[in-house]
Amino acid sequence: MTVALDQPATIATKPARRRRSFAGVAPYLQAAPLALILGAFLLLPILMIAVVSFWDYDFAAMYPDFLTTNYADTLGSWVTWKTYLNTLKYAAIVWALTLFIGFWVAYFLAFHIRTTAMQMVLFLVCTVPFLTSNIIRMISWIPVLGRNGLVNSTLVQIGLIPKPIEWLLYSEFAVVLAMVHLYTLFMVTPIFNTLMRIDKSLIEAARDAGASGWQVLWNVVIPLAKPGTAIGTIFVVTLVMADFSTVQVMSGGQSASVALMMKNQMSLLQYPAAAANAVVLLVLVLLMVAGILRIVDIRKEL
Amino acid sequence: MSKAAEIDIVSVSKVYGATTAVKGISLKIPAGTYCCLLGPSGCGKTSTLRMIAGHESISSGDVRLGNTVVTDLPPARRGTAMMFQSYALFPHLDLIDNVAFSLKMKGVGKEERRAKALDMLKLMQMEAYASRRPAQLSGGQQQRVALARALITDPEALLLDEPLSALDPFLKIRMRAELKKLQTSLGITFVHVTHSQEEAMALADLIVVMNDGRIEQAAHPRTVFERPATAFVARFMGDHNVISGRVAGSRDGMVVFDVPGGVALAASGQGRETGEPIDIAIRTDHVRIGQPPAAGLGFTGIVSNVEYRGSTVKLSVNGAGIDDFTVIVDDTSFFARPVAVGDAVPIAWDAEDAIVLGRLDS
Repeated sequence: MTVALDQPATIATKPARRRRSFAGVAPYLQAAPLALILGAFLLLPILMIAVVSFWDYDFAAMYPDFLTTNYADTLGSWVTWKTYLNTLKYAAIVWALTLFIGFWVAYFLAFHIRTTAMQMVLFLVCTVPFLTSNIIRMISWIPVLGRNGLVNSTLVQIGLIPKPIEWLLYSEFAVVLAMVHLYTLFMVTPIFNTLMRIDKSLIEAARDAGASGWQVLWNVVIPLAKPGTAIGTIFVVTLVMADFSTVQVMSGGQSASVALMMKNQMSLLQYPAAAANAVVLLVLVLLMVAGILRIVDIRKEL
Repeated sequence: MSKAAEIDIVSVSKVYGATTAVKGISLKIPAGTYCCLLGPSGCGKTSTLRMIAGHESISSGDVRLGNTVVTDLPPARRGTAMMFQSYALFPHLDLIDNVAFSLKMKGVGKEERRAKALDMLKLMQMEAYASRRPAQLSGGQQQRVALARALITDPEALLLDEPLSALDPFLKIRMRAELKKLQTSLGITFVHVTHSQEEAMALADLIVVMNDGRIEQAAHPRTVFERPATAFVARFMGDHNVISGRVAGSRDGMVVFDVPGGVALAASGQGRETGEPIDIAIRTDHVRIGQPPAAGLGFTGIVSNVEYRGSTVKLSVNGAGIDDFTVIVDDTSFFARPVAVGDAVPIAWDAEDAIVLGRLDS
C-alpha cells in the first residue's frame, strides 16, 4: 500500500492501475497466514468435533450419522450434571482465591515497588515456576502434602496434631490448592498491566479530595482495574473448566471434572459421546465469557 | 463565597536524595492574590506548589495557610484544592460523580452531593454534559470540570499546576481570561504554576520568578518587567538586553564599568567596588538608533540581522564586546531612516533605562 502511495504523481496511469489492484489484494494476503493457521488448527477441529458429536458408535468403531442420542445421553445423565456442578464449584472457588491473591500481588508490584527495574525483576520472579511443566509443579505438591509429607510430619513432630491430616492430599482441598498455584499468575499479569496504566495523578487527586487509603482503593483503583480483572477471570475460568490433569492427580481419582469425564469417555473409545460433551462445555464456557464481556468493557485495554 | 487565606512559606526546602529541588525559599502570598510561580522546567516551582498542596513532604521549613500551620497536615485538611496538570479527572465516573467525589469521601448523601455537584457544573456552564465521561470532553471542557471538582470543597486557596499547558493557543488565551474572571469573582487565593511569562503577566497580581530552587524576584508583574531584580529575571521575562561587565569606578553618581573587550558603559547606582562584576538590563524597545550616545549610554555596532514584524522591526546588533544586542524600533521610524545588515549604527539609551541588576548570594 505504501509502495503505491510513495510513487510520484507523474507516473503513467496504466502501471498505476495495476498497482492499485494489487493494493486491493494486499490486505487479504497479509491476513492470510493467520487466517490459515486459525482455520486449520482452530475452526476445523471444532467443526470436526461438532460433526462427530452427532455420529453413532459402538465398542469398536464410529458410524457417520446424524443422531441426537449423544446429547440426550449426556444431558439426561445425572452424573453429567453432578460433574458440571463440581467443575463450576472448582471454577468459582479457584476464581475467588486467584482474584484475591492476584489482585494484591499486582497491587503490591504496581504501587509499592518504586523502581521499574525492581518491578520487572519481581514480576519475572513470579513467572519462574512457569519454567517447569504443569505436571511437575503439581507432582511436587505430593511430598509436601502427603500422609508422611513435609506438612504432616512437621505438625506431628511439634505436637500440634496427634496423627497426620488425611485431607491434605488426594482431596478437593489439594485440587483447589494446586489450581490456585498454577493459575494465579494468569490473574496477576492482566491486573498488573491495568494497574500500571492508572495515572498516578488520579490517586493524588483522590487524596486531594480527602479520600483515605481504602477509599482510594475502593473508588479509584478497583474500578479502574476492572478490565484486567475481567481478562484474568476469563483466563482462570476457562483453564479451570477445561482442566483434567490437576483434578485427576490431586484428587487421586476421588473427584471429577467435565474434562476428566471426557478423557474417560475417550479412553473407552466413546469419541462421539466425548465430542457431544465437548460441545456442551464449549457452549457453556463461551456463555460465561460473553457474560463477563457484557459486564466489563475490555476493548479499551486491548 | 469563601474566605481567602494568606499563604506564608517560611524557609521551605525540598530535598530528593542528593539533589535539592527547593532551597530554603520564603514567600508571603497575601489573601485573595492571583500568584504565578514562574520559571523554567526544573526550577522547583512545581515542587513548591505540591508542598503547599501537601502532595510532597516538606524537607525543612513551614507552610502556614491563614492561621494554621499546615506543614504536616494531609492535603484534604489544608483548605487547599489542587488542579492537576492533566486535570486528573476520574475516567470511570461521569462529570457529576467526578465533581461530587470529595463530598462522597466525606460521606455526604447521594442526593445532596449530586445536587451540589450539578450546581457547581452550572457555575462552570457544564451542566449540559453532566452525564458524560471525561474522555468525551474537549480540553477546555475538562479544565472547567477540574475547576468545578476543585472548588466544590470550598477551598481557601486554589493551586493550579500548569493548567493551560494542555490547551491549544487560542483556547489557552480564552481559558486564561476565564481563570482570571473566576479568581476575581471568588476572591480566593490562586497559586498558578507556569513557564510562560506571557501567561504570568496576563494573570498575576504577584509574579514569583524562580530559578534553580530559589526565588529570584517576587513582585507585581509591572515591577518584575520594568525593574527586573537579577540578570536571570531580565532574560527570562524577555524584551531586555543584559550586558555584563566589571566596575571601573564612578562618575557623577553613576557607576562606570567595562564590558570585556569593548566599551565602557555607565549606569545609575553607587557603592560598588572596583573590579566587582555588574549586570545591567536595557529594554529592547527603549533604545534609539542613529543618534550619537551620551558618554557611557550607548555604543556603535554592526547590524547583523533585520526582522520585519509588522508594527515593529527587530534589529540584532553586534559590536564593542556586546553580542546580539536586540533593538525594537517601531516601523514608521525605521522606514523613515532604514538600516541594512552590515551597516554600522550608533545606539543610545537614557540613563534611567539602564537598570543595574542584583545577584543572589550563593
